Amino acid sequence: MSRGTLFDKVWKLHSIDQLEGGQTQLFIGLHLIHEVTSPQAFAMLRELDLKVAFPGNTLATVDHIVPTEDQTRPFADSLAEEMLQALEENTAASGIQLYNVGSGKQGVVHIIAPELGLTQPGMTVACGDSHTATHGAFGAVSFGIGTSQVRDVLATQTLAMDPLKVRRVEVNGALSSGVFAKDVILHIIRHLGVKGGAGYAYEFAGTCIDAMTMEERMTICNMAIEGGARCGYINPDQTTFDYLRGREFAPQGDIWQQAEDWWRNIASDSDADYDDLVIFDAAEISPTLTWGITPGQALGLDETLPAIENYAVDEQDLIRQAYDYMDLKPGQSMLGLPIDVVFIGSCTNGRLSDLREVAKICELHGGKVPTQIKTVVVPGSEAVKAAAEAEGLDQIFIKHGFDWRNAGCSMCLAMNPDKLVGRQICASTSNRNFKGRQGSPAGRTLLMSPAMAALTALEGKISDVRPLLHKEVQS
Amino acid sequence: MSSIIKIAGRGVPLRGNDIDTDRIIPARFLRCVTFDGLGEHAFADDRSQLKAAGQLHPFSNPEYAGASVLVVGSNFGCGSSREHAPQSLQKWGVRAIIGESFAEIFFNNNIAIGVPCLSLSAADIDSLQGLIEDKPMLEVEIDLAAGSVIAADFSFKIKMPEAARQMFVRGQWDATGQLLTNLGKVRTRAAQIPYLNKFTP
Repeated sequence: MSRGTLFDKVWKLHSIDQLEGGQTQLFIGLHLIHEVTSPQAFAMLRELDLKVAFPGNTLATVDHIVPTEDQTRPFADSLAEEMLQALEENTAASGIQLYNVGSGKQGVVHIIAPELGLTQPGMTVACGDSHTATHGAFGAVSFGIGTSQVRDVLATQTLAMDPLKVRRVEVNGALSSGVFAKDVILHIIRHLGVKGGAGYAYEFAGTCIDAMTMEERMTICNMAIEGGARCGYINPDQTTFDYLRGREFAPQGDIWQQAEDWWRNIASDSDADYDDLVIFDAAEISPTLTWGITPGQALGLDETLPAIENYAVDEQDLIRQAYDYMDLKPGQSMLGLPIDVVFIGSCTNGRLSDLREVAKICELHGGKVPTQIKTVVVPGSEAVKAAAEAEGLDQIFIKHGFDWRNAGCSMCLAMNPDKLVGRQICASTSNRNFKGRQGSPAGRTLLMSPAMAALTALEGKISDVRPLLHKEVQS
Repeated sequence: MSSIIKIAGRGVPLRGNDIDTDRIIPARFLRCVTFDGLGEHAFADDRSQLKAAGQLHPFSNPEYAGASVLVVGSNFGCGSSREHAPQSLQKWGVRAIIGESFAEIFFNNNIAIGVPCLSLSAADIDSLQGLIEDKPMLEVEIDLAAGSVIAADFSFKIKMPEAARQMFVRGQWDATGQLLTNLGKVRTRAAQIPYLNKFTP
């Protein structure tokens, strides 16, 4: 059993009671809601004649169904309009703050809470969305939940939860040029498997993780769920505190020092016990992308696609299915594979640093996206959009032939008008390559870093950023 | 709150591992404000693709119409936390799911709506799926109190976290009532959590 980890401390602080069924009633410090998974929860509350117990601890935004081109109300999609109206009515009636389109604070829920300083170390965070894992980057314990659980949090600010084991996932050493946080998490999932994290909270640690910015750490924790972990987190440190200082909802004035002291203490003790430990060497990680239909079906750009026999017998059916669906063959290289669409955005890679990386690749390359390639660049929030435009990134994108849009989840799951068509293949900075994920039942997704996606767009085929970045260093 | 101990009904076998919630209910069907009508869209894309290829998805196969025990492989329900997935299965008619393993959020979402997810070994899953494929009219009987699944002459011992099993047997699977009982304690704790109280020691 783990002892002295951040997870253990946060769990204990928020435990209200042991329930009759054996679960723990856990207090939730920050509850985030959006338009897809909350309307039914509010309906259940009305049916039970219950009120929202702590409206001040819930924040709402709209992200999944938001059109990224024409955002005039009512939305062209009447179903999307109905969902936003339901959110507007439910939040107004319950006294919950909603950051709506045009407020300047709207965006993907997992992008806006950190950028507003709402997500802080030592908190418990819940949201009816599996990528709630993102908030773990701040040393918060954060859970994606279903709609019945959203109802429970609204009614009681608590959840019935099973305890978790803690696995420390260390990444040590420095990343090579052209290798990014996205490559690190794809590498981890590839090696630990998409169900390897079942029953665990992942504590990401090690010198490589310590050296990462908060935005990189969010990319890592975001995909803990793709590794099957119930949540993922990184211990808070000076990088965390520097990021938070001055943000709207971060502690201000005299309180800051008390907050920082408490945050330092909530981090895992140096002699903490873990249920498991896995260690990766950062130097062994190369630019990585997925080729199949689960986030674990990934490979380094220098490798060729694996033989089916390399997999365990019970996995071979799925691998065959993946080859068939993706129209790829064992032995083939992914380098040079022609693509149709490039999506840059999502709660994994829709932050300012991701967009800067894309702009940098555009300028180093100097060319323009071929006309037959469709691109969609979607900032993670209205604030990210404003910041990118203030730096002139939008002008760089437009000059190099990229389509610059408004903030939302967009083509990560295609609940808005941005969708793949037919069997199109998409280089995507999002988090899931499931069959049909990007809106076309036969559409194909290759997950990768923003840099690799940007160069892939400019070249019209899967490309390696390392030679381009190497040239930059030499010049 | 009612106990859920015995579930008996015909089975529907769904072969394959890592079946994610996007496949159970594709995102375009999430454009709604209620869970009504989701049952007919369960596995919509898989069903239409197999139909186009001249094959039948188990959920489209008339032999399995009216089945209530879904039998699946490993890591079933991975990916998105959308409760629309268990809701669509329940509305299609699923009252229990037997699988090699389940993704955790999906497992918990099913508890919340009263659908137990039970585990068997990969070999037992294969046998049970084979039995049902041979005889779709076969009755599959789950007994959560005894921890068993019986189909024809076969009896399987189920694996399930003890807490979850007890919740169904004792009728405590809907936690809301219990959570509400403690609202006083919750308010007391909220007043003690440092980050909600200006970090005053």
